[in-house]
Amino acid sequence: MKIVIEGNHALSYGAKAANVDVVSAYPITPQTQVVEKLSEMCASGELDAKFIKVESEHSAMAAVVGASAAGARAFTATSSQGLLLMHEILHWAVGARLPIVLGNINRAVGPPWSIWTDQNDSLSQRDTGLLQYYCESNQEVFDTVLLAFKVSETVMLPTMIVLDAFFLSHTSEIVEVFGPEEGAKFLPPFKPVDYLTPDNPMAFGNLTSPDSYYELRYKINKDTLRALDVAKEADEEFEKIYGRSYGIIEEYRTEGADTILVTSGTVTSTARAVVDAWRDKGRKLGLLKMRLFRPFPIEDVRRVLGNRKKVVVIDRNIGFSIGGIWAQEVKAALWNMRKQIPIFGFIAGIGGRDITPDVINEILDIADRLEYPEEEVYWIGVKDGQISYSRR
Amino acid sequence: MVEIRTHGRGGQGAVVASKVLAAALFKEGRFVQAFPAFGVERRGAPVVAFTRFDSEPIRLRCEIYEPDHLIVLDHALTETIDVAAGLKKGGWIVINSHANAEDFSYSEVYRLAIVDANEIAWRHRLGSRSAPIVNTAILGAFSRATGLVGLKAVLEAIAESVPFNPEGNKQAAIDAFNETRISNAMKA
Repeated sequence: MKIVIEGNHALSYGAKAANVDVVSAYPITPQTQVVEKLSEMCASGELDAKFIKVESEHSAMAAVVGASAAGARAFTATSSQGLLLMHEILHWAVGARLPIVLGNINRAVGPPWSIWTDQNDSLSQRDTGLLQYYCESNQEVFDTVLLAFKVSETVMLPTMIVLDAFFLSHTSEIVEVFGPEEGAKFLPPFKPVDYLTPDNPMAFGNLTSPDSYYELRYKINKDTLRALDVAKEADEEFEKIYGRSYGIIEEYRTEGADTILVTSGTVTSTARAVVDAWRDKGRKLGLLKMRLFRPFPIEDVRRVLGNRKKVVVIDRNIGFSIGGIWAQEVKAALWNMRKQIPIFGFIAGIGGRDITPDVINEILDIADRLEYPEEEVYWIGVKDGQISYSRR
Repeated sequence: MVEIRTHGRGGQGAVVASKVLAAALFKEGRFVQAFPAFGVERRGAPVVAFTRFDSEPIRLRCEIYEPDHLIVLDHALTETIDVAAGLKKGGWIVINSHANAEDFSYSEVYRLAIVDANEIAWRHRLGSRSAPIVNTAILGAFSRATGLVGLKAVLEAIAESVPFNPEGNKQAAIDAFNETRISNAMKA
């Protein structure tokens, strides 16, 4: 059934299609509608799940950790400060090998307070070990909930699904949705090997000596790498059943391209139109959409970018002093290749500043007229009049 | 692609109007997109929302700076905001007002449709007399003026999207459709 819904509700309907057993979440702008819809579904019986009310995001994540450890399929959602408050328990969910799915609405981090989109909240969770998917449409959000549970429950690691505040969370558009019966064709019931039950008491996550902690980390790394293939296979199976697929990355008009623009989130969608316009003018430009951030698809990135003349990365985030976080990851992925490719890193759209086709054109124009980047990082659209310097 | 920008005030239902309009256009087989320029929303504060529709999937995911048409839920907004900023030549300005066309000083390259949505909304007890909820009425006026979306689809979308007093809201849209005053100011 096709309906017009906002991105937040696409997450809620996705959780319903995945037939989750437990939802625990604390509302925060711009994620609130995810929780509202799921609590309505749980209250009306539309979704046969337990909704656990909590007083904070730390508790919400702890509640789904408990539920998942007891063998339940568990879902939560948050944003920005809420995700940061969860941080300790995110590490826990990874170490405990719990396949929780978390929807995060990208919102800039304070202070100063902002409710608008940028990626620093989710990208700053890079080394917690959560798998991370970035989405560009509400359909992709809905579908990714099912894909995330499939991948998570296969490799026993939690996944974060990331969408831009307002440009997806509050944007209404057409989404093909279905219920748990249809979802079960792709996602069978969750049956963990070990789980908390009074019938068979066991302890989880106890004190572990140097003798075995090291190997447990090794196994997490190995399964994170395995998630690359698992995600690809899940995507192919999803396409066979529902007719839609996304890959773990997507190449758009990269055939014969000298320059590849690298994007994530909703910027990708706008960039497609810009790439078409450049192609119409005979310019050899292509697009690489980054969908998976963790595990980072190094081999695919090398295959797509390794033989080009220039790579241009747009980051809606900032690693202070080092530049955009996606650009850093792309540079690291390409470093050990024999051919050195100029990589242009651009910062744009932080704190919800709009990224229009004009902004993307400005970025491409700068990269187009230079052989090598003259600066490590370019900030697009900084207003000179608003720059002042500290008193000391 | 057609791009519509809606200006209103917190409490008038501008964001819902943009969504109901998208739902109505979807019923007529269009690809649609609706979203608010989300600010810190307070009752009475200026609010902007956007609607795009097309015969193909919509890829632009940024705000609308050069709309094809405008919906203005409060006449008084025109005194403090340049609501017509970027409006394309030939565009409709569908505005809630009890004033007459000659009271507006818009360029003659625009087309004007005026409806007293405050009066219509209160007639159907939508909101209060001092703060009527005019979003459904204005969509009837938009349908009448632009012809871009049929009244039938608008009424169906209202019935599905408006939880409180759907009949009153539908009747408000019908009344507005019938009572909209069209001023073809455009001479260009």
